[in-house]
Amino acid sequence: MAKQEDEVILLDFWASMFGMRVRIALAEKGIPYEYREEDLKNKSQLLLESNPVHKKIPVLIHNGKPVSESSIIVEYIDEVWKDKAPLFPSDPYAKAHARFWADFIDKKLYQIGRNLYTTKGEEHEAAREEFISCLKLIEGELGDKPYFGGESFGYLDVSLIPFYSWFQAYETYGNMIIEHECPKLIAWAKRCIQNKESVSKTLPDLEKILAFVQHLRKRFGIDE
Amino acid sequence: MNDEVILLDYWASPYGMRVKIALDEKGVDYECQAENLQNKSPLLLKSNPIHKTIPVLVHNGKPICESLIIVSYIDEVWHDKSPLLPSDPHQKSQALFWADYIDKKIYDVGRKVLWEKGEDQEMAKKESMEGMKKLEGELGNKRYFGGENLGFVDVALVPFTCWFYSIETRGNFSIEAECPKISSWAKRCVAERESIAKTLQDPHKLYDYYVKLNP
Repeated sequence: MAKQEDEVILLDFWASMFGMRVRIALAEKGIPYEYREEDLKNKSQLLLESNPVHKKIPVLIHNGKPVSESSIIVEYIDEVWKDKAPLFPSDPYAKAHARFWADFIDKKLYQIGRNLYTTKGEEHEAAREEFISCLKLIEGELGDKPYFGGESFGYLDVSLIPFYSWFQAYETYGNMIIEHECPKLIAWAKRCIQNKESVSKTLPDLEKILAFVQHLRKRFGIDE
Repeated sequence: MNDEVILLDYWASPYGMRVKIALDEKGVDYECQAENLQNKSPLLLKSNPIHKTIPVLVHNGKPICESLIIVSYIDEVWHDKSPLLPSDPHQKSQALFWADYIDKKIYDVGRKVLWEKGEDQEMAKKESMEGMKKLEGELGNKRYFGGENLGFVDVALVPFTCWFYSIETRGNFSIEAECPKISSWAKRCVAERESIAKTLQDPHKLYDYYVKLNP
């Protein structure tokens, strides 16, 4: 149960779409927390102790107890602070359906998106096609609803919207214009930014992410 | 309540076994439809158009996919009997974390031991053992991962144990020697839970099937 004097710490990295999910969930619930930026080349003792298995961000530390893996953290937040802005539907089937699509985003969209800016030649062309197919499937799931959650912003919206901050990077290195391929998805993203302060305050500028990806490519020698 | 529960499955799939164990633990009546993965049924293709994989649970006509999501669903819908996930949110997050770890580090890596060769296989063997040892640490001296009773993590991991024999034989190592606590936990599960004893496939039968596919 949430106590009067909750101590909530988030170990995170500014550009991580997984970290952004947690920041958005915390903001939706109005939970005060301490944000700690990690240097991924020099991870803090607290991070290594809190997530000894994967040593990755984000990690939420609630009254000294760590929770890892962004989807699991968002679910945890939704359960503990259940009185405000519920993210999951209460119906078990709708809940399973939301989890399924969040899992799809994690397994497919993230890795294929990464391939867009780390591969060349045939591999890159394949990644480009897969990425567009992936986005179209996700757009199909949105349909004509204002949000993935229906009338309200929900778990799946939280899971996907951080990827929007990476879209300029995906477009540049994927050689595509996402609005041409998936106009409904772009409209949804803009709707989230316009209507949800938790989103507009959390998402970094798309140009900043693009610059970050440019820097990553240089660091891994991809731009040769 | 007149529930219609259908499970689309494949006999050798440890993912399918997770769902069967959960359904049995809850005493849910269901119809098992065995799929031919070379010739998938229209129901499977309609119920899981994205991945086209088993298992799929079809509950009163509505499909649920991905084994751990299905087990969570079963736990929520039939919540009155044999709860699998803890009710405390932090403990629940830990159970979900370890089940996710099992998918990424045990199943995926174990598959590599079976299907890769040379250096890739060697690396997979090493990762597999590291993963098992971490799990053994998490089990500690508990009866089950769930504590005194069978829990979500037990259901997530136990089907994989009937594939141990294939992995040990192909990889040329002994899981029992490296991880004795996991080995005794696996035997305890089969001895104490009927749902597990009747669901797990014979390890030798699985090995014969695997060797035909990958001589």
